[in-house]
Amino acid sequence: MITQEEVAYIAKLARIELKQEELEKYRIDLNKILGYIEILKTVDTTGVEPLAQVTGLENIFRSDEAEEQGIADDILQNISETSGRFIRVKKVL
Amino acid sequence: MNYEPVIGLEIHVQLKTRSKMFCASPNNPDETEPNRNICEVCTAQPGSMPVINKEAVHMAILVGLALGCEIPEYSKFDRKNYFYPDLPKGYQISQFDQPICGAGIQVVEYEGKKRPIRITRAHLEEDAGKLIHEGSTTLVDLNRAGVPLLETVTEPDFRTPAEAKIFLQNLRNIVRYLGVSDADMEKGHMRCDANISLRPAGSQDLPPYKIEVKNLNSFKSVEAALNYEIKRQSEMQESGEKLTSQTRGWDDSKGITVEQRTKEQAHDYRYFPEPDLPIMHFIRGDVEKIRAELPELPAQKEERFISEFSLQDRDAGVLVNDKNLAAYFEEVVSELEEWFKEERLEADIAKLAKMAYNWISGDLQALLKIEGIDPQNSRITAENLAELIKMIHQGQVSTTAAKRILEVMFETGGDPSHVAADEGLSQVSDEVAITAVVDKVIAKNANVVADYKGGKKQALGFLVGKIMAEMKGKANPQVASRLLEEKLH
Ligand SMILES: [Zn+2]
Repeated sequence: MITQEEVAYIAKLARIELKQEELEKYRIDLNKILGYIEILKTVDTTGVEPLAQVTGLENIFRSDEAEEQGIADDILQNISETSGRFIRVKKVL
Repeated sequence: MNYEPVIGLEIHVQLKTRSKMFCASPNNPDETEPNRNICEVCTAQPGSMPVINKEAVHMAILVGLALGCEIPEYSKFDRKNYFYPDLPKGYQISQFDQPICGAGIQVVEYEGKKRPIRITRAHLEEDAGKLIHEGSTTLVDLNRAGVPLLETVTEPDFRTPAEAKIFLQNLRNIVRYLGVSDADMEKGHMRCDANISLRPAGSQDLPPYKIEVKNLNSFKSVEAALNYEIKRQSEMQESGEKLTSQTRGWDDSKGITVEQRTKEQAHDYRYFPEPDLPIMHFIRGDVEKIRAELPELPAQKEERFISEFSLQDRDAGVLVNDKNLAAYFEEVVSELEEWFKEERLEADIAKLAKMAYNWISGDLQALLKIEGIDPQNSRITAENLAELIKMIHQGQVSTTAAKRILEVMFETGGDPSHVAADEGLSQVSDEVAITAVVDKVIAKNANVVADYKGGKKQALGFLVGKIMAEMKGKANPQVASRLLEEKLH
């Protein structure tokens, strides 16, 4: 069972601010998810190889070519706060 | 009590691909305009998808093979989750449990002692953007976000800071020889974190704590920070204080390490397989093809310079530390060899190589450093330097004159025989010409000659000096001295 302290810690890592009542709401939600994982864990997987991908694809590469005329300026246009060509965010340390 | 340091390194090397690790944005570390080399992928626009840069994978395998690492059959990427504006996705694409390069080994030689250093792994990941903290805001430049990085991790096998520094220099040389990175630490192409702890001398156990030192921006600072930590930690242990694991930052100007607050613990990164990138499957034959591409590596070159040219270990090391200098040296020596063969002269390769080394590592390198250029870009071709060395060897110019000729060649690019003629620096070895002056000097200095004959041997030097002065320094002093002695006997 996941505790309110753990929910608060995860929220901190994700930089999300949660109110007291939300902590309890997400504690219940997360416990439901973890409960479902517990059900999944009961499936017998003997002889099944672990899998990191479900697509079955392998070795999908791109050749090393740079696109000089990119969309940098368009991206900057859509950023809410800039300073010159810099993106401006609230101070982080 | 005596303590033994236990040191390990984590080194990030920026790979010199044309485009970024997972998108086609240019990878240009010299870009001065912020957010010029960005696209929808490296700025994490919704719906954008990463695709692996094939060349970055190729470069990583080359480095892995050069470091003696195993290349696994399968490798995959994982997400390392953390929230920080230097990577707008909210995670870094890195590799967790299946890195591209597995365990390897590198030999480090320090004070004539060779010791193997185990490499744990090397994995590919994307670099983060740059942040500038300004007042109440932070400015973000994502030009570097997504640039391919190869992170090499060693086992805690170093026992001295000097060994760690040598390993780093060797790694820098290897990636430069492979042409996969400029690996300039000052420019941040290569970044190093070190972990260090102390144990009682003779103990084989790993200490129960580990100090991670960050912000090491030069080879010098790596060595200095580790030496500082050895002193700090042994003093703490002596006074009975208990050391616990922590992260410290090196303050280069103060020469100390300072405790840093750590953002996250490793288990907080919540690694999971990157669902947008299919796994990589390496076929043996393909890996062997890449192995066949490996050029002569620095350690091999150093050994060959020692065996082929009888260079001293130290001298060979100086040359190998600079790929371009080593190549230039080899060219000069082979020009010399050819010349001597053509003219059917007896040539002592070891002696010629030593001369070439002295001129290249001494006077020439001093000139190159002033201009900040490689020997290949200087006006002195290998052929011309070889000719100058030949002229010195044959006594056609004195060493002093040769230094001047070298300077003129560096300025104007002329060939040394012309420069010597133009500057009036040719040395006279013509015995007839010198004998005439010898006779003149003997006649003029009867007293000194008498002193010499009376047993005052140092009088000879005075007379040679007179001959040199008479000939405006152009006489070959060995020839002059020999002729003088013959006359006085
Ligand atoms: Zn991009």
